[in-house]
Amino acid sequence: MSTIIVDLILFCFMVLTAVAIMRLTNLFAITMLAGLFSLLAAALFVTLDAVDVAFTEAAVGAGISTVLMLGALALTVREEKPISHSIIIPVVCCFVTGAALIYGTLDMPAFGSPDSPVQTHVGGTYIERTKADTGVPNIVTAVLASYRGYDTLGETTVIFVAAISVLLLIGVPRKGASSRKKDEEA
Amino acid sequence: MHHHLILRVVAKLFLPFILLFALYVQWHGDYGPGGGFQAGVIFAVGFILYALVYGVDALVKVVSVKMLVIGMTAGLLIYAGTGVVALFTGVDYLDYSHLAHDPVHGQEWGILFVELGVGIAVASAMTAIFVAFSTREADIDDEDW
Repeated sequence: MSTIIVDLILFCFMVLTAVAIMRLTNLFAITMLAGLFSLLAAALFVTLDAVDVAFTEAAVGAGISTVLMLGALALTVREEKPISHSIIIPVVCCFVTGAALIYGTLDMPAFGSPDSPVQTHVGGTYIERTKADTGVPNIVTAVLASYRGYDTLGETTVIFVAAISVLLLIGVPRKGASSRKKDEEA
Repeated sequence: MHHHLILRVVAKLFLPFILLFALYVQWHGDYGPGGGFQAGVIFAVGFILYALVYGVDALVKVVSVKMLVIGMTAGLLIYAGTGVVALFTGVDYLDYSHLAHDPVHGQEWGILFVELGVGIAVASAMTAIFVAFSTREADIDDEDW
């Protein structure tokens, strides 16, 4: 019962944050609220006992991406441009997509159902065999690094490529020519 | 940010604990929540906090962009290299069973190494992205916020 109340409160806060993000035009406030949204999502993952995911969400979603968004914000304007076109088509698109997603969830197994594919396929095998196979108590780590090593290698490559792309596209100034100096010359 | 004395002192006080916590998350990932990815992000956060308070130029003096590029490449190569070493022990790519005298120990070593690779790669990549963004133009004035 208490978890339901906590879930409800967290979801209410998330909806409020999303509505506030929609209504605000100050990009700094929007960035901070997006970080808050991630933090609420992380709290929600904790109530689902997915601490590894919550940890990642808090560190990446609320932490690093907020800082990176602020860094990007420093290169652009502070206020959102006023909307000059009709909002009917975007609103219809959002509602249709949202309705389709909610319709999709109707077919999903109930939360925590023992018959769901998550419980009946490889999940049980991992729980049974991880300790004997790898000696690692944290099953999430064993799955990430050993059973699904290829996926994690791919993910690491994605981050590597992302950083390389940013360095190639934005680049960093040469030694000695600091950003502030360039600004003064301009 | 020369006038933010409290911020500077607190940031300096926090830095060793952030980095220590990152190392804890890295090496304790086998037992609790966390692992290379989270540890890398927290480690990068330590550097980014330093850059936010003391300026990016101070950060680049500590870790140059070249070092960051070497770091993220090395991290990825440690991961991929663990797989190649596994190949040479006569099993499949990224199968760590033969890395030590018995399969369970081999798995532990393998996981340790690939997590280390992920940690180094993520920490370097995140810091590099931040440095690229924040050296692009001068910091905006404190009054503008």
